[in-house]
Amino acid sequence: MIHAVEVEKLSVSYFETTALEDLSVRFTPGQLIGIIGPNGAGKSTFIKAIMGLIPAEATTIRLLGHSVKQARTRVAYVPQRSAIDWDFPIRVLDAVLIGCYPQLGLFKRPTKQHRIHARSCLERVGMLDYADRQIGELSGGQQQRVFLARALAQDAHLLLLDEPFVGVDAGSEGVIIDLLRMLRDEGKTIVVVHHDLSKAADYFDTLLLLNRRVISVGPPTDVLQPHIIEGAYGNPLAFLQKVEVSS
Amino acid sequence: MNVLDFIQALTEYDFLQKALVTSVMVGIICGVIGCFIILRGMSLMGDAISHAVLPGVAISYLLGINFFIGAVATGLLTALGIGFVSQNSRIKNDTAIGILFTSAFALGIILISFLRSSSDLYHILFGNVLAVRPSDMWMTLAIGLIVLGAIFLFYKELLVTSFDPTMAAAYGLSTRLIHYLLMTMLTLVTVASLQTVGIILVVAMLITPAATAYLLTNRLSRMIFLSAGLGTISSVVGLYFSFTYNLSSGASIVLVATALFALVFIFSPRHGLLRKWKSPKKELTT
Repeated sequence: MIHAVEVEKLSVSYFETTALEDLSVRFTPGQLIGIIGPNGAGKSTFIKAIMGLIPAEATTIRLLGHSVKQARTRVAYVPQRSAIDWDFPIRVLDAVLIGCYPQLGLFKRPTKQHRIHARSCLERVGMLDYADRQIGELSGGQQQRVFLARALAQDAHLLLLDEPFVGVDAGSEGVIIDLLRMLRDEGKTIVVVHHDLSKAADYFDTLLLLNRRVISVGPPTDVLQPHIIEGAYGNPLAFLQKVEVSS
Repeated sequence: MNVLDFIQALTEYDFLQKALVTSVMVGIICGVIGCFIILRGMSLMGDAISHAVLPGVAISYLLGINFFIGAVATGLLTALGIGFVSQNSRIKNDTAIGILFTSAFALGIILISFLRSSSDLYHILFGNVLAVRPSDMWMTLAIGLIVLGAIFLFYKELLVTSFDPTMAAAYGLSTRLIHYLLMTMLTLVTVASLQTVGIILVVAMLITPAATAYLLTNRLSRMIFLSAGLGTISSVVGLYFSFTYNLSSGASIVLVATALFALVFIFSPRHGLLRKWKSPKKELTT
């Protein structure tokens, strides 16, 4: 079977510090996967490493059954909101159009077909009315939806999202998670770096609990066990209350 | 002497025509490339690379080669050196820029003082557009066409690496290659601007018209055309003041650009000061 993500013995270190150590994991396609873990556990590092954005050692990294190099035009990355300059002079439609760039060769420009495609992607995330707005004029949730539209425009089969719910109000968070579920139901694999454990059980089909190495991976009910969480976070109490409140 | 006299002089004097053509081209290419410089937060880098061109110019005189070969060489070496120092130590990027460009500039001053008279140094540092030779004008035009052509060809890549470098790298685009492409263009533009505004003030032509345009529009393509237009207006009006009142050409051009910036800073319909005072909310809702 072809895995959406297949990683064996992945290690990443920055100077003397080890960010990830001997990490092996496989994700089945068509799932909504949450990556959780304490601060500094290497969640974003994991995403960046499997995309080949930072130097990493591994015996295997395969995405969608291919090497990173072959797969990467079909892998969409949605950055943390803080990583984007929201004052950049770009309109919503043009930001989505960037999703077509990986398919275009050097010196080629987006055509009218690409624009039509970008508009239809905006429509699917319910943002077509905002096509001519500058991206900084949108709310946090709307900005995330625009980046999801960009991932759609890229025709990505694997979506990697880094903390998509940070700075997003509860209503928009619901809209986004519905969109992610819709994409999952279409067969796409979606990997989300997530820090709010209280909703993890609700949102995800599979959880990967990280703390520099794999602490636990599997269905949320298996991963969100008190003794497992304690192993990763040290002190489980504050967190466990949160889980109980939500479930 | 008024504007009509200036136009009259333009039709009569060959040197003034060359000065006009050269400074308009400089206004356009600085305006265009400046957009990418300011959007990438590289204003200091623009300043650095323009200064780092000086030793290259000196060495070229020494070797008797075309001075833009040497200028590109030392400009790029400095850009590489800045990257090397900031990536291989705990020194932050702006500190690395500060160390390397001042070193290159200091070296350039010493080399020039050995080779040429102090008035030549003065012209390289501050420009003297009224003394443009035909060869300078053609070189500026050629560099202008190369730079504009490169920006046209790589527009998509420049856009995505400026806006979302992580995505660009994720789909396999070499952000480093685009960075050094931009640095190369920056050295070319600096060389083209030597006669018009000079090394010291070229950074103003890179940043000020682009920043002015940035306050006027929310679309990159429009920002580029506006910036080129503002650069052109600054050049023409600056040249008029320089010729009419016998002022330094570079300084006149830069001050006109600054005046345009000040106007837009206050009156821009989207992002101007008055607009902010009238409606304290930062975001527009129209």
